[in-house]
Amino acid sequence: MFTWDPRWEVVIGLEVHTQLRTQSKIFSGSSTSYGAAPNTQASAVDIALPGVLPVMNEAAARMAVKFGLAIGAHINRTNVFARKNYFYPDLPKGYQISQMDLPIVGLGNIDIETAEGSKTIGITRAHLEEDAGKSLHEDYQDATGIDLNRAGTPLLEIVSEPDMSSPAEAVAYLRKLHSLVQYIDICDGNMQEGSFRCDANVSVRPRGQTELGTRTELKNINSFRFVERAIEYEIERQIDILEDGGSVVQETRLYDADRHETRSMRSKEEAHDYRYFPDPDLPPMVLEESFIESVAATLPELPAAKKARFIEQFELSPADAELLTASRAVADWFEEVVTNSQADTKLIANWMSGELFAALNKAEVEIDQSPVSAGQFATLMNRITDETLSGKTAKQVFAALWDEGGDVDGIIEAKGLKQITDSGAIEKIVDEVIAACPDQVTQFKQGNNKVIGFLVGQVMQKSQGKANPQMVNKLLQEKISQ
Amino acid sequence: MALDDKTILGIAQLARLAIPQQEVDRYRQELSGILELVAQMDACDTSAVQPMTHPFDATLRLRADEVTEIDQRDKFQSLAPAASDGLYLVPKVID
Amino acid sequence: MLSTLPRTYTSKLQANLPVSPITVSELSAQLRSGEISSVELTQDYLQRIERSELNAFISVSADSALAEAQTADAKRAQGDDHPLLGIPVAHKDIFCIEGTLTTCGSKILHNFIAPYTATVIQNMQNQGLVSLGKTNMDEFAMGSSNENSYYGSVTNPWSSAGEQLVPGGSSGGSAAAVAAGLAPAATGTDTGGSIRQPAAFCNLTGLKPSYGRCSRYGMIAFASSLDQAGPLTHTAADAALLLNSMAGFDTRDATSLDTPAEDFTRHLDDSIDGLIIGMPSEFFSSDLDPEVASIVEAAIKSLESLGAIVKQVSLPNSHLALPSYYVIAPAEASSNLSRFDGVRYGHRAEQYTDLVDMYTRTRTEGFGDEVKRRIMIGTYALSSGYYDAYYAQAQKLRRLIADDFNSAFEQCDLIVGPTTPAPAFPHGSKTEDPVAMYLNDIFTIPANLAGLPAASTPAGFTKAGLPVGLHLIGPYLQEAKLLNAVHRYQQETDWHLRSAPGAAATESA
Repeated sequence: MFTWDPRWEVVIGLEVHTQLRTQSKIFSGSSTSYGAAPNTQASAVDIALPGVLPVMNEAAARMAVKFGLAIGAHINRTNVFARKNYFYPDLPKGYQISQMDLPIVGLGNIDIETAEGSKTIGITRAHLEEDAGKSLHEDYQDATGIDLNRAGTPLLEIVSEPDMSSPAEAVAYLRKLHSLVQYIDICDGNMQEGSFRCDANVSVRPRGQTELGTRTELKNINSFRFVERAIEYEIERQIDILEDGGSVVQETRLYDADRHETRSMRSKEEAHDYRYFPDPDLPPMVLEESFIESVAATLPELPAAKKARFIEQFELSPADAELLTASRAVADWFEEVVTNSQADTKLIANWMSGELFAALNKAEVEIDQSPVSAGQFATLMNRITDETLSGKTAKQVFAALWDEGGDVDGIIEAKGLKQITDSGAIEKIVDEVIAACPDQVTQFKQGNNKVIGFLVGQVMQKSQGKANPQMVNKLLQEKISQ
Repeated sequence: MALDDKTILGIAQLARLAIPQQEVDRYRQELSGILELVAQMDACDTSAVQPMTHPFDATLRLRADEVTEIDQRDKFQSLAPAASDGLYLVPKVID
Repeated sequence: MLSTLPRTYTSKLQANLPVSPITVSELSAQLRSGEISSVELTQDYLQRIERSELNAFISVSADSALAEAQTADAKRAQGDDHPLLGIPVAHKDIFCIEGTLTTCGSKILHNFIAPYTATVIQNMQNQGLVSLGKTNMDEFAMGSSNENSYYGSVTNPWSSAGEQLVPGGSSGGSAAAVAAGLAPAATGTDTGGSIRQPAAFCNLTGLKPSYGRCSRYGMIAFASSLDQAGPLTHTAADAALLLNSMAGFDTRDATSLDTPAEDFTRHLDDSIDGLIIGMPSEFFSSDLDPEVASIVEAAIKSLESLGAIVKQVSLPNSHLALPSYYVIAPAEASSNLSRFDGVRYGHRAEQYTDLVDMYTRTRTEGFGDEVKRRIMIGTYALSSGYYDAYYAQAQKLRRLIADDFNSAFEQCDLIVGPTTPAPAFPHGSKTEDPVAMYLNDIFTIPANLAGLPAASTPAGFTKAGLPVGLHLIGPYLQEAKLLNAVHRYQQETDWHLRSAPGAAATESA
């Protein structure tokens, strides 16, 4: 757990660039698919030939509105595209089409869970803009290669208020946002491919001071772990500077994950003057109520509502409900198991968060690629409930399902794992154990209750784990007490 | 409105234009002359007026989300001053 | 296919000096009757261009023009009877035409072979018009004299022997080409007067349509919220025909108007009896050249004789148009011209030390003085701390100017005045003073700011023999009504039928 000198207070705001999962680019008909050969998805518009013009993609507008509705934000019925002017080789027009004064999504908020309980993080705005191309520095000795396939991919830049006060909160917010954009199906969330990227604004100030300290901007951090580590490093760096009597320079810094440090991006230090002005090629976007209503109709049940329903309907603890609604796929999987099983929902929740998630993590696969289907998992839960399986044998069946496939009842049959619930058969083994362990029986009679565990274990061993442990326990106690 | 040399060189730098020292004077005179013309705007009180960004106050048309472009890389890159392996080449960028 | 045409054809164009310019309408009739073929016509114009010394063209596409003419003749033989099929025209070098050098008058595009075709040109090609070549222009359409072209200045065919006059700008090459009989019509673009001012200087009809009529896709942008393509022709009837072929909704331009196609010739012959013509006092100030003033007043009298009713109107904010324009246009241009960076196409400096140096040298070498001036002014006007005082203020004044027109059009049908404050001037006479040059567009700019259709028609000559233009501005989308008034005026007068001395000189060579 990262800690810092408590005399300092940390202030963090995040700017998250989410790539919207449209088929075509925001202002051209080029494909947005990932991984094509360089510049094969760069059309006349994307490479900014003289005379070309942008035309706005409706799906990008819909996705932005969907996000706004999902966080209860104000939707600006009139929003305006503006040009942000600067020269860079991955920016073919010499300006980026973005939104400045009138973004499509205004004020909203997102609740996160922290160690101290629930906390509301303000969303300042979310605006549409086009992505830049990629600069490839490694391939040539004296040159940089420019690939414009990504140029013009639609982005929704989601800007938070500086409401987070620790690296852990920043990560909790980022995870929540990452889950939400996938929930509402506007972003694939793939951080390796850059579909979900984060810049962090970090500053520190003496606890109790009202004005903010000088902030630095940490650029392009592409994993949850790196966000946390980058912010941690930056907090320590800033506190060190201030405690030495120095002052923090407002600048853009790049996180180097290999060295675990942030460093100044000198090339970006030159004073920027972006000369924003409304793009004369794109009249203001005016959203009719009917448009917004049609987007609202496509909104799925949102994580917060789903979580509340899971607590209410399935009697889950808030922690379990949080875990099972963290992604839409997990929640859907859980509900499918519940529908197909008579088992207690608490049992299902425990088994999913325990055995299933452990296996998924180990294999590094998402739940929709799980080798164990929700249907088989439901049967497994039923066999525990009807006492065909014990907890232990159920784990063996799960492992067999995961590794070899097949169906639950077939595996139980083939491996002879059916639990012995016939009291006559168990009684016979119990009698054998009592006869074989006279010392322990005596100790139990003298009041050493702990020794019963040893005796149960002996019976279970002799039954090859198939005896019902509750029945064994009950019979042992009855027989010894006789 | 007269411009000083520093401002002129600053604007030129933003616009990626070089102005040799011997031409700064000329630019200052010409640009100041244009700004003098432009300064006639100041006389008008526009506090109650909405800016007009488009000549007929049109609103944005949205296009359907469809892929309509085909790969024309070779044709486009035949125009490039420097390209290799499908990439446009520029002098090394140092981040 | 040529065999279907009369074999005994001899070029009347070459054989006899035309007393009056040949119009598109006349050529259309001759092509329809089979009197001439498109190939013959095209060859003839190509020869005239070849002989011309006006520098009206930056590039000539002889081979593709003849191929297009052949195709047109073939279509004609198969029964295609489109009025513009096989008509050769010249295009301002601001329009991208696939496979064709497209320079926009700039060194920075000296090697740019456009890989696609502008919508306006595509529309014209679809109707069978033949492209003769690309005409000279002020670099990036910034100028009023065509002296800002990297490819040299253009001579106005109305120049007298002793004095070389400018053709106006920025569509100076198009205007000179049509006036000299090197093409029967040409395309131009008009951001602050770049069609109408050269039309006035060269005794042509020049039409700037309503903003949004003609697609801007493929037309190299100067000031996006003002730029509009239009024709330069001898007559209003030709302008209507040409506009028919150029205009139309285009999904590739978000500012293109989605209105049903219309025939701009449909009202040409309507009576203008009872048409109310507004005369804004602001366009007839004491600064106006007295000769121009009296010619324009005489032209208005001619309109009155046709039944038009003249009414005094006021455009009280029109004096703010020029200053607003010199913020808006350079601001938009400074951003539009950022794409010329030497990375993907066009000129790149030969020597540089690093990326920033490559950008800076490329742009400094590639752009001419006026373009640099405007980039500088535009960059300054948008820079931090100045946006509200300049760009935002100019956009507010723009609304006041547009509102003035709305009020005026409640009292009148069209607004008239002079196209330019003075006739064509000699080469070099205004190049030292940018602001003096800008004043050329003082009457044309308001229509651009308001997005309104406007036309210039020949209206008479000064004592020195220089043409003067009458300027007519119409309400939004009222091109047909505007062309009706110009056409009726041209039926009543013959100024537009006078041939330039330069045109005769070219043909007798």
